[in-house]
Amino acid sequence: MIADFDYQFFIEVLVGGLLSGVMYSLVAIGFVLIYKTSGVLNFAQGALLLFAALTFVSLVERGVPFALALVVTFAIMVAIGVAIERTVLRPLTNKPPITLFMATLGLSYIIEGAAQLIWGTQVHGLDLGIEDVPLEVGGVLISQFDIFAAVVAAGMVVLLSRFFRYTRIGLAFRAVADDQFAALAVGLRLPLIWATVWAAAGLVALVAGLLWGARLGVQFSLSLVVLKALPVLVLGGFDSILGAIVGGLLIGASEKLAEVYIGDYFGGGIESWFAYVVALVFLLIRPSGLFGQKLVERV
Amino acid sequence: MALSGSALGLMEASVYAPEVFARGLPASLLSGEQAEGRAVSVEPVAGPAPLLSLQGIGLSFGGVVALADIDLSVNPGEIRAIIGPNGAGKSSLINVISGVYRPDRGHIGLHGIGYAQVPTQRLARLGVARTFQNLALFKGLSVLDNVAAGLAYKVRSNFAGQVLGIGRSREERRDSLNRADQILDFLDLAAVRDRLAGTLPYGLQKRVELARALVAEPRLLLLDEPMAGMTANEKSEMAAFVRAARDRFATTVVLIEHDVGVVMGLSDRIAVLDYGRKIADATPDEVRNDPRVIDAYLGVASDNEALSRNEGRAGI
Amino acid sequence: MAAIPAEFSSAPVLPKWVVPVLLLAFAYGVVPLIGSSYLFEAILLPFLALSLAGVGLNILTGYAGQVSLGSAAFMAAGAFAAYNFNLRVEGLPLIGSIFLAGIVAAAIGIVFGLPSLRLRGFYLAVSTLAAQFFVQWALTKFSWFSNDSASGVIDAPRLSISGFALDGAVGRYFFALTIVAVLTFLAHRLVSSQTGRNLIAVRDNETAARIIGIPVLKTKLLAFAISSFIIGVAGVIWAFAYLRTVEPAGFNLDRSFQILFIIIIGGLASIRGAFFGAALIVVFPLALSRLGGFLLGDVFDSGVLDMSQRIVLGALIILFLILEPDGLVALWDRIRRRLLLAWQTT
Repeated sequence: MIADFDYQFFIEVLVGGLLSGVMYSLVAIGFVLIYKTSGVLNFAQGALLLFAALTFVSLVERGVPFALALVVTFAIMVAIGVAIERTVLRPLTNKPPITLFMATLGLSYIIEGAAQLIWGTQVHGLDLGIEDVPLEVGGVLISQFDIFAAVVAAGMVVLLSRFFRYTRIGLAFRAVADDQFAALAVGLRLPLIWATVWAAAGLVALVAGLLWGARLGVQFSLSLVVLKALPVLVLGGFDSILGAIVGGLLIGASEKLAEVYIGDYFGGGIESWFAYVVALVFLLIRPSGLFGQKLVERV
Repeated sequence: MALSGSALGLMEASVYAPEVFARGLPASLLSGEQAEGRAVSVEPVAGPAPLLSLQGIGLSFGGVVALADIDLSVNPGEIRAIIGPNGAGKSSLINVISGVYRPDRGHIGLHGIGYAQVPTQRLARLGVARTFQNLALFKGLSVLDNVAAGLAYKVRSNFAGQVLGIGRSREERRDSLNRADQILDFLDLAAVRDRLAGTLPYGLQKRVELARALVAEPRLLLLDEPMAGMTANEKSEMAAFVRAARDRFATTVVLIEHDVGVVMGLSDRIAVLDYGRKIADATPDEVRNDPRVIDAYLGVASDNEALSRNEGRAGI
Repeated sequence: MAAIPAEFSSAPVLPKWVVPVLLLAFAYGVVPLIGSSYLFEAILLPFLALSLAGVGLNILTGYAGQVSLGSAAFMAAGAFAAYNFNLRVEGLPLIGSIFLAGIVAAAIGIVFGLPSLRLRGFYLAVSTLAAQFFVQWALTKFSWFSNDSASGVIDAPRLSISGFALDGAVGRYFFALTIVAVLTFLAHRLVSSQTGRNLIAVRDNETAARIIGIPVLKTKLLAFAISSFIIGVAGVIWAFAYLRTVEPAGFNLDRSFQILFIIIIGGLASIRGAFFGAALIVVFPLALSRLGGFLLGDVFDSGVLDMSQRIVLGALIILFLILEPDGLVALWDRIRRRLLLAWQTT
């Protein structure tokens, strides 16, 4: 039995899983950014991702150059983010977090509807110019596109963490994430920070939307990518970028491995729920998540 | 400390210890015990076995020491205050006593039974009730139902019986409403009986919390800053209610308070915490003159003021 | 009228039971006489099923404060369980199948409610998605549930109670109305009982509830069980009386969100709210399609309709959360009070 075990195949599956895990992480990071500043689980992140990808593709299809389309889409995403912050979240300040969550659920309906009303419902192909020829690395076949996606995602993570570590606004962001009232008290300009964070979340949505869109085609189901990111967040914690990364890798790898090695016992198709079960089982063993601090109950 | 050595014979912690303390004493006993409790406070030397005793309690959060080696004993019937500057560990101590936190070291003796962590879900049955620093009322329930909820631990009927209105559910409901109404009268809350708790002004909400804790006629009542954020008038009103509650229900009271003035007039004995350590534990008069206490409060203008203001009052 | 006491404006004149009884009398006595089959098939049957599901979810989310995004899973569990009990247990009356189906949904609800003992807020909300995906997957994957039907779409059994067939639109309406009325009455009793107050206590302040001796864990699981029972039965009505087919596809995530929207729009922690919300959710797409067709003509095709529905629905949710967090119920009560006041002063 053990002797029969195909290690090379195992590693291929594992690497494939880890690489798609990076893609999950990328979506999850969009959630974390918003959560850390506003305390909202922004369910509309998936709809934003769809909107970004759809806008970009439609622009390119209408003959707008690649780079310009990228800039225009990014500008639109920033505008949407700021508009959301102004019109939806600000009137709901001081409401329970779960109310805010439901508002973002409504928001996702609006954005999904608008995206398709504006750009149509047909499936668009998206070619980022990466040939998806398997690459052999150390005797293991790895999808070239997966590597590209992982590199881009990793680049995003580095960029964001540098931004938040070294810029003034980044420092302010971390202060807000720690204590909103204190940040307000020392005169940090919250609206500017919120706008920046929504812009960053918009950028993440754009990059994630392009990567996922290139893989799955740009279509309505793209917004369902959130459903892949949610277990990652449960596992890694809603407020931890590191958690989102490690959680994404764990979920990606275990999902692929499970699908290949135990999926058959379940009749296949387990990827729709497996990630949730992994996250839940993990939380039952370790309620504070991967990196979450032990929360002290304040009474 | 005169009392810390009292022979307790603490049994080692057992969450499943039998409930030896039946709730609610016969009314005839109440006045006697209450008188006794008062006597204790005047002459602490000849006290009976403490109702609550903490031994060597230590608690830290991720390296920050909240409580270090705290001993505390509370005699039946006394009003025991715990004071200290912000962050001294007062609330942590109440949370340890009510089982919300599990201390890293030490144990809590309640009615002579020792616990490593007090079982929160059985707290009411053990005759302990508490209020919270930040309002913890059930906003969506009426004042009456909030107070009646303080008797929820006694409910034996199941949901099916309640839905169909059979079994003991009707009787239970009638009984708990009666008792809640009595407490509302006692605390002068009858006028707001049917209001939603969340719609009351802050001071009244604090009082409703006291009512919810009192309705179970606890043997030990823990008050976590019952007067925080109140006006001077409301504070003295609240102090009067606390005293009246102790007198009427023979309840032992442990209270945390910022306002040293109020505490001095209200309590029988005062423990002073600073940076998680107990720096004094004596009668109000002794505490007031303790140089370590004065040191701890120096630089905290408002508390200093309170201290000196109280000195004037104590002279009366 | 001089005899009306001064507190009239704050308290309704009529005893509380009068309005529901009048509504029921109207629903049983008048509606069947005047309603068209379109009214029953397209409006009243889905309205009844969704209202009941809303009542169920409101117990869990509105009263006990545990947000669930997996309601459709419990509807599906109920529908398929009732189908299989009816199919496989010889001689079991339909009402027995429905009751057992509720029990099955409740049991599944308890299993997926277990995370609520350790998770709160968003973590719990996300974990309820596990129920959504798992149940839908299991029902699609294992053809035993749909009696090995090739398409996975199966005809619901014909409705009959003690030999009396309830096949027609009106018959199915009576069937649904009766079940909804009984369960709604019981739910109303529940939320005004000690258990109901415990639910609210756990929602409003879990720590305080635990400290005063409310059995928090038991209360949460009970909320999941009761809520899932009711939602499961709502699923049976949806499949047996409204669609007349049983298939997993209709019980998707969108359905779960729909039920959540019903209670947000109607009013959280209100039994009546579920009916208000369901009415709006059922009627508004029909109205929107009429309106759109009228205003825009051919441009307003089904695709555009679908998208504009999503947009308007999303906007409604946000508007309600911002402007009327207590939902249509609060709005209705305010309007009624104004009207009574106006009537009183004339």
